Amino acid sequence: MIHVQEIHKSFGNAQVLKGVSFDVPQGKILALVGRSGCGKSVILKHIAGLLKPDNGHVFINGNDLCNLSGRKLLRLIERFGFLFQNGALFDSMTIFDNVAFPLREKTRLNEREIREKVLSDLDQVGLIGSEEKFPSQVSGGMIKRASLARALIEEPDIMLFDEPTTGLDPITGQSILALIDSCHKRFGFTGIIVTHEIPRVFSIVDKVALLHEGVVLFYGSPSEIMESNDPIIRPFIHAATNGQIKECTEPG
Amino acid sequence: MTWLLPLPHLMITLMSMMNFVRKLGETSLKSVHKLGHMGIFMGKSLCCALTPPLKIALLIKQIQFIGFQSISVIFLTGAFTGMVLGYQGYNTLSRFGSDAFLGPMVALSLIKEMGPVISALMVTGRAGSSVTAQIGIMRISEQIDALRLMGLDPYRYLIVPNILACIICVPLLTAIFDVVGIFGGYLVGVKLLGMVSGTYFGEMMDYVDMKDITEGLWKSLNFGVIISWVCCFKGFYTGVYTGFGAEGVSKATTEAVVLSSVLILVWDYFLTSTMF
Ligand SMILES: Nc1ncnc2c1ncn2[C@@H]1O[C@H](COP(=O)(O)OP(=O)(O)O)[C@@H](O)[C@H]1O
Ligand SMILES: [Mg+2]
Repeated sequence: MIHVQEIHKSFGNAQVLKGVSFDVPQGKILALVGRSGCGKSVILKHIAGLLKPDNGHVFINGNDLCNLSGRKLLRLIERFGFLFQNGALFDSMTIFDNVAFPLREKTRLNEREIREKVLSDLDQVGLIGSEEKFPSQVSGGMIKRASLARALIEEPDIMLFDEPTTGLDPITGQSILALIDSCHKRFGFTGIIVTHEIPRVFSIVDKVALLHEGVVLFYGSPSEIMESNDPIIRPFIHAATNGQIKECTEPG
Repeated sequence: MTWLLPLPHLMITLMSMMNFVRKLGETSLKSVHKLGHMGIFMGKSLCCALTPPLKIALLIKQIQFIGFQSISVIFLTGAFTGMVLGYQGYNTLSRFGSDAFLGPMVALSLIKEMGPVISALMVTGRAGSSVTAQIGIMRISEQIDALRLMGLDPYRYLIVPNILACIICVPLLTAIFDVVGIFGGYLVGVKLLGMVSGTYFGEMMDYVDMKDITEGLWKSLNFGVIISWVCCFKGFYTGVYTGFGAEGVSKATTEAVVLSSVLILVWDYFLTSTMF
């Protein structure tokens, strides 16, 4: 389980997180929503131990991430899968090698077994036929799907998805969400999905947290947020469900 | 009351002096912090280099990139440095009527000074800059973070292969540089200026000791460490000391090349002065 407790983070003079707290119970998925630039990726990086909070704590299964360092930290985050917002594939390797990389480096599987597993994973994300291409030769959506395959291939205990469907067409986006759901059912990870897919993602998550101006404005179940009448939450859900961008086009 | 008039001026002067002192302190603190950071970075890299597992395939790839692909550049610069030394040495030595010593002069200047320094500078420019750029791009596109999140140590995968490759390749490249340079000097001295070939090589054998050669190679080993250390550090911390994005990478690359070139020359002075 993931427990985020009052984290504060500033970059220079800009205070991005002003005391963010939430929980993700064991084996559940949380959807983290909020406007672009409000610090969602920053939160994920704190949970993954890539950034240290100025103040506050992140507990993973009861271990305080901020007190660990070196080898111990590496052992803990090894069981994470992380889908980066921009994919973060190794650009010196082909798509196939990228997905195979964690298996080659960390397991004792032979090359034939690795090939089988990688191809079946690439099949799930619809990338068969592009496996010999380099990341610079494929579209952003394909990079994201390859990155998802790489994150899921080790069957991690904790999965952090940073905008898994952004930049994908609606059909692929839907199938990615279905894939996340089926993987969740199969190996039951604890996960966080940062997303703008407001109504669609609610069918596969158990909790929703809405980030606004550096704090969690809402934390609860999907049905609760849909029914909320809060003046800040409502337009957010409403705009998303109607596909309107009224909120963003208003001056200021 | 007129005695009060200079007071504001005095205050302003004092303030600007205070500001100056504060800036000075800030800069020194930052520099010390950075130096410490570089030291820790080197320590961590050494720890990883000395403990298994070593990524052999990556090491070979870096040796190919830093060493093998630099050979043509080293060949060219070595040949021309030796040829220029041949002309200049002949010109100078013949004024004292001692042009017979052209061989040892060329060989000693190459082996002790020019070889290690110039080949290190060439490797910095050709390979060091691209090592920084490559690691820097991996940093800003979060590939280093991705590696860490797989539970794999970025030092082991990115830094150690580069450092070991530099330690192996720079002395070897220096050796090539020396040999090619000596033949360059031979070309000019013997084939163009009409010296006797036996004199050129004979005197060289008499005057060049094994100690001179080990000194030169020791220098180049040091330079190999400096190049890989500075270039890896600058790339690895792109975005911490420089900005993010393409600009950050280009800044890191420039800084890496400038700093390692300067360090090579400064460290060369220290090594030379302690070896005397
Ligand atoms: N490493 C960093 N250095 C400085 N500022 C950063 C850094 N990472 C994120 N930020 C700032 O934090 C804010 C939130 O960023 P981010 O978490 O990426 O937003 P989003 O919610 O869209 O994912 C942005 O204003 C960004 O400029
Ligand atoms: Mg983001």
